[in-house]
Amino acid sequence: MYFDNSATTQPYQEVLSAYRKASESYFANPSSFHHKGGEAERLLETARGQIGRELNVKPERCFFTSGGTEGNNMVLKGTAEARKNIGRHIITTAVEHPSVMKTCVYLEEKGYRVTYLPVGRDGRINTKDLHKALEPDTILVTIGHTNSEIGAVQPIEAIGEILSSYQDIYFHTDYVQGAAKIPLNIEKAGLDFVTVSAHKFHGLKGTGVLYKRPGTILEPLIHGGGQESGVRSGTENTAGAAAMAKAFRLAKESYAANSSRVEEIKDWTALRLQESGGVINSPFSGGSPFILNVSFPGIKPEVLVEALAERGASISTKTACASKNSEPSVVILAATGERELAESAVRISFSADTKKEEAAHLCSMCEEVLPQLKKVMEEQQ
Amino acid sequence: MPAIYADHAATTPLHPEVAEAMIESMKNPAGNPSSVHEYGRRARKRLDGARRTVASSINANPKEIVWTSGGTESNNLALRGFMHANQERGKHLVTSAIEHHAVLHTARALEKEGFEVTYVHPDEQGVVPVEKIMEAVTGETILVSLMYVNNETGVVQPVHEAAETLAQRGIAFHTDMVQAYGQLPFNVKETPVTMATMTAHKINGPAGAGCLFVRQGTKVRPELTGGEQERKRRAGTENVAAVEGFARAAELQRNSLEERRQELESLRSAFLAELDRHGVLYQINGEHAEKSPHILNVYFPGIQLESFLVQMDMEGVAVSSGSACTAGTVEPSHVLEAMYGKDARIYESVRFSFGYGNTVEDMKTAAQAAAKINRKMKEKEALK
Repeated sequence: MYFDNSATTQPYQEVLSAYRKASESYFANPSSFHHKGGEAERLLETARGQIGRELNVKPERCFFTSGGTEGNNMVLKGTAEARKNIGRHIITTAVEHPSVMKTCVYLEEKGYRVTYLPVGRDGRINTKDLHKALEPDTILVTIGHTNSEIGAVQPIEAIGEILSSYQDIYFHTDYVQGAAKIPLNIEKAGLDFVTVSAHKFHGLKGTGVLYKRPGTILEPLIHGGGQESGVRSGTENTAGAAAMAKAFRLAKESYAANSSRVEEIKDWTALRLQESGGVINSPFSGGSPFILNVSFPGIKPEVLVEALAERGASISTKTACASKNSEPSVVILAATGERELAESAVRISFSADTKKEEAAHLCSMCEEVLPQLKKVMEEQQ
Repeated sequence: MPAIYADHAATTPLHPEVAEAMIESMKNPAGNPSSVHEYGRRARKRLDGARRTVASSINANPKEIVWTSGGTESNNLALRGFMHANQERGKHLVTSAIEHHAVLHTARALEKEGFEVTYVHPDEQGVVPVEKIMEAVTGETILVSLMYVNNETGVVQPVHEAAETLAQRGIAFHTDMVQAYGQLPFNVKETPVTMATMTAHKINGPAGAGCLFVRQGTKVRPELTGGEQERKRRAGTENVAAVEGFARAAELQRNSLEERRQELESLRSAFLAELDRHGVLYQINGEHAEKSPHILNVYFPGIQLESFLVQMDMEGVAVSSGSACTAGTVEPSHVLEAMYGKDARIYESVRFSFGYGNTVEDMKTAAQAAAKINRKMKEKEALK
């Protein structure tokens, strides 16, 4: 039983077939002059067109990347470098994914100032705080759409509304956990950049897309052959892009059809885990239907994850990119202010295919395991 | 119409066994390698297995392999990552004028950032002499980057000698060995390079997977920051299936290195023999230099390059005028220009590159097509 769909998802069978077919029949370099290169280029552009359609934006605003981390790095470092003469202030939140957070820390070392907006118990920022944080030399506001640990969804359109009176500020959202799962009106929100990664919606690792509004300037992160209109150099991964387009369409359909069903499972699971002493860290309403974060105070999350793994269920502690260290969760700490919760949180993340029986089975396992773990913890103390 | 792909230096078809390995990898549920649960551990194990395979192909320690999204990213990481991390020791980079754009444009970006770069020119054979590199080296030089096999001419550069000379001087050395990997033997224990770039899609592996060899103890600033993957040298969820495909491709290449070399030599000679048989007037660019057998750059005096490529394509033969990254626009090759100056030759040269799936028959057909088009162009010229 796999409950770690926020870390990565199982690629769809159709996605694998699309990848295989494309890598066999359209293997040529899309930049090549010859016929085969032209065929590969057309496939790449078809994939771009489909992805544009799924995101409801013009395809020529979509640029292929190697994934979410690269997309976020491109925007943050690319803006900082391209706009250093305009300003050196960046606004983000205290609950971003490491690919944004660590990049902000890096930029601070380089002399940029970063404001980390606080979040409430629901994991969302208060737009008043954003108002206050704006400075004359703010060049970028980067706020993740769906939080990868607790599933809080930020008020992106409201933020966009505020920023619409500041033409000089770029607005970026890390949409990695939201794409294909939770709708976002990119143009209405006035977004300049949007990061998407395919392996979170049953596409392949190593593929992603960056939406970039025309007129914006990013210093490229990767220099070379000038592919992707100079935004991202490197031989294009045509088959990966085709597979991503396929995954996007299938996932969007499937998640739309199953969203309320999975949300019920999530709410049901939350209630049942509360009965076992769980404290729910995810927002009670308005959050992602696919992410449930719960703390069992006094229980080390690694130990619970391990115990469930032995019984055949995969859940996780934090976002996978930060799960190697056993530090308390930065996100839970920011949202709850309680260290005890931040030190004992686990994440259960669903896909559109998750079944209620699986969730029930997981809850039973927790109910079996938790008293045992509690006992062990008490004995240790 | 025959369909002959003679552009293996641009990219190569995926080997069926590689495709198999990748699909297997993607099908078997594997999680995010950074996840601590069973799925994650399984992915981690696969990733490490692939790392051992690729490391052993150049006799490196697995810890010295950093997975990337490909050659361009590896070259960016090597140059920018190294120059930024070590700039307190000096701000000068030496490279050559015939590098791939992934190196040249990164060097230009470094210049914009305040670093100093010297571009050493090759001789007429397309070889960058080590003496000229050493003349360019100053007390401020902290890194030299020289490609192993040139992607347009196939000319082998004196990487071994450069690495040894620079190692004695205590200067770091990077080689972009994208075109050499899998074609020429290479051993980091024998050749003291500091960093080396490899990519999968040039050896019948998947696009979107590559690596950088970074010798232990080398300081490199990560270009992608975020999660702590790849020992903090490259953030981002690891592309397990592609990396497994890369490892499988590396294994296949390694097991057949000598055999393939002979095969490629025979393809190359069959091609040239057929040109000769048809009395085509041509010269090989970098004729007297040592070359990798998979690339052949031919000067056909008097041809109209763009039209030649289009007609070859219509004959069913895919070839190119230079590196694919610049091939979308038929601009004169910076490599040939560095070798021959603004001579007519640089506008009248075609790159043929051979590999998996090509047969001697194919090469004869390709040469016949070249001969036919060449003849037609000459006739047209004569009638003018």
